[in-house]
Amino acid sequence: MSMTDIEPDETVDARGAACPGPLMDLIGKIRSAESGDVIRLLSDNDQSLTDVPEWAEEAGNELLVVEEFDDHNAFYVEKA
Amino acid sequence: MTEHVVIVGGGTGGTVLANDLADRLEPELDAGDVRVTLVNDDPDHVYKPVWLYVPFGQREPDDGRRSFDDLVDDAIDLRIDRVTDIDTDAQRLQFHDGVPSIDYDHLVLATGSMLEPDQIPGLTEGGYNYYSESGATDLRDELLEFTEGDLVLSVIGTPHMCPAAPLEFVFMADDWLRERGFREDVDITYTYPIQRVHGNPHIAEWARPIMEERDINVETFFNAESVDPDAETITSMEGTELDYDLLVTIPPHGGIDLIEEAGLGDDGWVDVDKHTLEAEAAENVYALGDTADTGVPNAGSVAHYQAGVVGQRLASEIRGRPATATYDGKTLCFIETGMDAASFVEFDYENPPSPAPPSEKLHWSKLAYNESYWLTARGLL
Ligand SMILES: Cc1cc2nc3c(=O)[nH]c(=O)nc-3n(C[C@H](O)[C@H](O)[C@H](O)COP(=O)(O)OP(=O)(O)OC[C@H]3O[C@@H](n4cnc5c(N)ncnc54)[C@H](O)[C@@H]3O)c2cc1C
Repeated sequence: MSMTDIEPDETVDARGAACPGPLMDLIGKIRSAESGDVIRLLSDNDQSLTDVPEWAEEAGNELLVVEEFDDHNAFYVEKA
Repeated sequence: MTEHVVIVGGGTGGTVLANDLADRLEPELDAGDVRVTLVNDDPDHVYKPVWLYVPFGQREPDDGRRSFDDLVDDAIDLRIDRVTDIDTDAQRLQFHDGVPSIDYDHLVLATGSMLEPDQIPGLTEGGYNYYSESGATDLRDELLEFTEGDLVLSVIGTPHMCPAAPLEFVFMADDWLRERGFREDVDITYTYPIQRVHGNPHIAEWARPIMEERDINVETFFNAESVDPDAETITSMEGTELDYDLLVTIPPHGGIDLIEEAGLGDDGWVDVDKHTLEAEAAENVYALGDTADTGVPNAGSVAHYQAGVVGQRLASEIRGRPATATYDGKTLCFIETGMDAASFVEFDYENPPSPAPPSEKLHWSKLAYNESYWLTARGLL
């Protein structure tokens, strides 16, 4: 996917965290966020590429975009 | 000049470290070149793994308590008080009003995890747990009366202490209710926040078929949002609502507020180098055990191994040599699979776990390990 100019309300830097760390960190932030807030998750764990979209769909939150960098990915998730 | 090492938190990690240093630095302590202070906010040391057995009437909370006077080497200065402020620039710890502050040259934070049930509306009123002494005895009283209905075990907080303990609880409850002839009248449901039944994929893969065999219902991607104690329901962020007659949860966890206030990490977990255990945001500060954010399980075995690493590193630094000891992620864990069988896993940063086939021998090994813990805490094992 592509670079984005979406301004996240909060960023969770889970780089270096073993799985399921990044997804749990994201869930934790979404828990305390307001409806409509965009959370950016930074993860260098490949499992996040499947975990995050699966959970976002299950929970009804929207995965807006995934930015791919050399050593990590950035997931933008909007809380429903 | 006397170098002062201060350890905050006398749980598994802090106590093992204090006794390790008493032994390792004996010549320096005898000569008065080094002083080691252990600060804890309770005069007793508390061993939490005992609590798993309390709801089933097999242990009492007092079995997990010993006075520090009996456990900690005389060469260690003990201070029973609650630290209320950490100033890593001045290298000073504050206590409540009127109590003199202490300055440190080396600080080790081993303040463990706290329960934060209030994060979930209705949880304090509606849910039981075995993650505190009073929680475990309240649950015991309730479980003894419980002979039919829906028993829901919901893992809410992660990270939480002992990632195996929720699986152990449902396996033990299943077996205990069968033995007592009530299992057919009780539905057991286990919920977990992600798409597996455990954070570690290898342990999840091992546990799932056992749950199926034992007729334990599973709800994955279940992140509790609220509990309604009157309607006896628990609802997830994902929109699933479950009825319960007895709700047992692993409540949300956090570290102590002081850590975030001192700028050492979020939610009370200290950001550390996961090999050296040095705090990233301050000089001369180590963290170990639950409060060290290494990504490995919050387990007593981890705190124990990390204490050995920090002990070696501190001794090197105090002797003016480069510190070379590092933590490799070593974790060891017995997993009860019923009232008289258990499995065992051992893993580290590089090598994943591979659960051993459950056996009675491993169950007795777990009970023996818990008994010999008192030697571990003294630094003898
Ligand atoms: C039900 C249950 C079962 C478990 N089973 C197992 C098991 O089978 N195997 C296993 O390896 N692990 C198990 N654990 C996990 C294990 O108990 C913890 O991971 C371990 O205790 C962590 O050690 P610690 O030294 O980091 O913290 P703790 O042992 O929690 O100690 C922290 C200490 O710091 C003190 N403290 C906190 N704040 C302050 C302050 N401001 N000032 C002064 N003192 C302070 C606290 O009072 C406490 O004494 C279990 C836990 C539970 C709840």
